[in-house]
Amino acid sequence: MPKEIGRREVQRLLDDGGQLVEVLPREEYEEEHLPGAVNIPLRSIDGEAPHRLDPSRPVIVYCWDSA
Amino acid sequence: MSPRAAWRLESLGFTEVYDYVAGKQDWLAAGLPREGEIAGLPRAADIARSDVPTCRLDERVGKVRERVHEAGWEECVVVNDERIVLGLLRAEELGEARDDEVVEDVMRPGPSTFRPHVHVEEMARFMSRHDLDSSPVTTSDGVLVGMLLRKDAEAAAHRLHQQFGAEHEQG
Repeated sequence: MPKEIGRREVQRLLDDGGQLVEVLPREEYEEEHLPGAVNIPLRSIDGEAPHRLDPSRPVIVYCWDSA
Repeated sequence: MSPRAAWRLESLGFTEVYDYVAGKQDWLAAGLPREGEIAGLPRAADIARSDVPTCRLDERVGKVRERVHEAGWEECVVVNDERIVLGLLRAEELGEARDDEVVEDVMRPGPSTFRPHVHVEEMARFMSRHDLDSSPVTTSDGVLVGMLLRKDAEAAAHRLHQQFGAEHEQG
């Protein structure tokens, strides 16, 4: 079950090799995103995630907010 | 959107998946680094004055007034030990309160604050429309980043307009 985390936990996981994924559309990602994040829009996850993400490392997903 | 993404990743075989539910809005509001096409545009945090005087709830107004004026300011932000903004002493309160009064009794409690990631043009427009000369900038946790002055926001917005205007003419 995916675990909900806050900002400090994100920073800790990134220090430990976590992979940050913005799931918003490409245009929003290109405007602005968190440092080091890759963009895999929600609709592209099935096709892209297996090739672009390392399953042996933590994955942190985010969008704009909790809404 | 991110919960669905997190669940889908898990169903695809990723065993350690986390959902940063507060997301990009929370990260930017904390004034943390960012990347991207508009990441370099000036924000409230970039021009907020971090040297704004601060004081505690239990201080006497006389001492605070002295310190504020010595620093060349006319207002002071009331904070706690974690620099969480609790109130404001504007020039009006500093000018009218007696020396022996306690800050907590005369401050303006719960002032409106702005987040570090707000664009300077947006800030300048808002402050002009609401006739605000200054406003504290705080993180989403309420921690003081600095005091944004309207004149600074307007000057930064003007510079930005000139820069982009010039680039547009060249292009």
